[in-house]
Amino acid sequence: MDAQDPTLPPVDEDAAPFFEGCRAGELRVQRCSQTGRLIFPPRPLSPWAPHARPVWARVSGRGTIWSFAVPHPPLLPPFQDLAPYVVVAVALEEDPTVRLIGNLIARPGGPIGEITPEEVSIGAPVRASFETIHEGVTLPRWVLDR
Amino acid sequence: MLQDATAIVGIGETAFAKRLPQSEKVLACHAILAALDDAGIDPGDVDGFASYTMEQTDEVEIAKNIGAGETTFFSQIPYGGGAGPGCVGHLAMAIATGQCRVGVAWRSRKRGSGGRPWSGAAQASAPATWTRPHGLLRPVDEIALLTRRYMHEYGATREHLANVAIAVRKAANRNPRAMMHARALSREEYLGARWISEPLCLYDNCLETDGALACVVVSAERARDCRRAPVYVHAFGQGLPRQHHTMVNYWCEDPLRGPSWTCAKQLYRGSQIRPSDIDVAQLYDAFTPLVPLSLEGYGFCGRGEGAAFTEDGALELGGRLPINTSGGGLSEAYVHGFNLINEGVRQLRGDSTAQVAGASTCLVTGGEGVPTSALLLRR
Repeated sequence: MDAQDPTLPPVDEDAAPFFEGCRAGELRVQRCSQTGRLIFPPRPLSPWAPHARPVWARVSGRGTIWSFAVPHPPLLPPFQDLAPYVVVAVALEEDPTVRLIGNLIARPGGPIGEITPEEVSIGAPVRASFETIHEGVTLPRWVLDR
Repeated sequence: MLQDATAIVGIGETAFAKRLPQSEKVLACHAILAALDDAGIDPGDVDGFASYTMEQTDEVEIAKNIGAGETTFFSQIPYGGGAGPGCVGHLAMAIATGQCRVGVAWRSRKRGSGGRPWSGAAQASAPATWTRPHGLLRPVDEIALLTRRYMHEYGATREHLANVAIAVRKAANRNPRAMMHARALSREEYLGARWISEPLCLYDNCLETDGALACVVVSAERARDCRRAPVYVHAFGQGLPRQHHTMVNYWCEDPLRGPSWTCAKQLYRGSQIRPSDIDVAQLYDAFTPLVPLSLEGYGFCGRGEGAAFTEDGALELGGRLPINTSGGGLSEAYVHGFNLINEGVRQLRGDSTAQVAGASTCLVTGGEGVPTSALLLRR
């Protein structure tokens, strides 16, 4: 893999279970073993009860658009050629203070950049779609949940 | 106590340009020597240093080039644009507690002709894993996302962001040192500018600059013997809110209540000066929306009122709170916000090119959106 390619997330031991979940078609987020509150990004300790353990839990993969940006060039490849495209922050149904960043796509398997900014609004419901972008690398993207 | 125990007695800077021929090291030394000359202090008296962790010329290089004395304090502040006031604040604390006597803070950067930091190799970090793979690549993209939410929650518009860009440009038009000195900015040009990351356009972004700046901090007692009138470090704060993520602050309770709020609490804790007493402010402006967010954080208006605060020329000379009176990062120079410190000093000396009549207090802030710092300066 190309270390310069920004589409490839560096995955450390804290993040690995999230990306394993994506490969299995599941959205997985850490949860505090004591309070049950979600934790994101993943980490070794729970900020909600530091002597408790974060444990991994499957969440629904549904949420609403909290905000979005539409980058234009100059950008890095491959984004330079895909711009303008929509990047959303998705507030998860289970805890809206967990806002996952991702791309909004028109349909599962579709390219980023297919949705125009006019089609996007804050508050719109979305659901995760798991997209394999390179061999062994699956990212959650988001489709409008009409 | 820190309050008024130390003062900035010298400021210095190089020219600002898209491309300067000298190295960052040479620019740093020139700015520092200019600041020491301004103060009337011999370089051999310098025994304290503070700069940014992102600064590429270290204390050893500076000290051996300028002929510093035996140095007993050196400190570096992280988080890029959040660091500037922190450099002065750390020197003030060190001098007030006797750890050094003559402190120099500086920043030298060739961001104009050098590379764009976001285009380098990915290092393991929250952005690299959680945001950059989705094309949220540059600082402007990260702030665009917060800005859209801010507009949605509070009815802020591009007209409000234009108010910021135009106010700061007008100040630069009065300042011959500013990169945008000769370039006026109209509302039509702002609204017609190309997008960089919607909802932010070209004029919502700071400049790309080569340049260096420095200032000199000593005790209030020693300041009385310096060449220039002292500008007192009245109060200092740093701020890292709960569950904050630098630049990608999307995973806390309230992303629009940023580091400014935490920093302001500490700043005003150490002061009798209230926001309504502040005559002029130098607010970190890498992007225009940081200004309304900072106006709220530092208590000039209520939550959500920062955009409306910019109306009716409030941020311009003669307005309710003139800001960034040398042209800030948007229109004078972008050197990680250090020019805001030097301009704060000029305002309180009474020799700004956009002088606020009788200014006796000035707020100088580091970047909102990253763990930050701020200074309250007074004469």
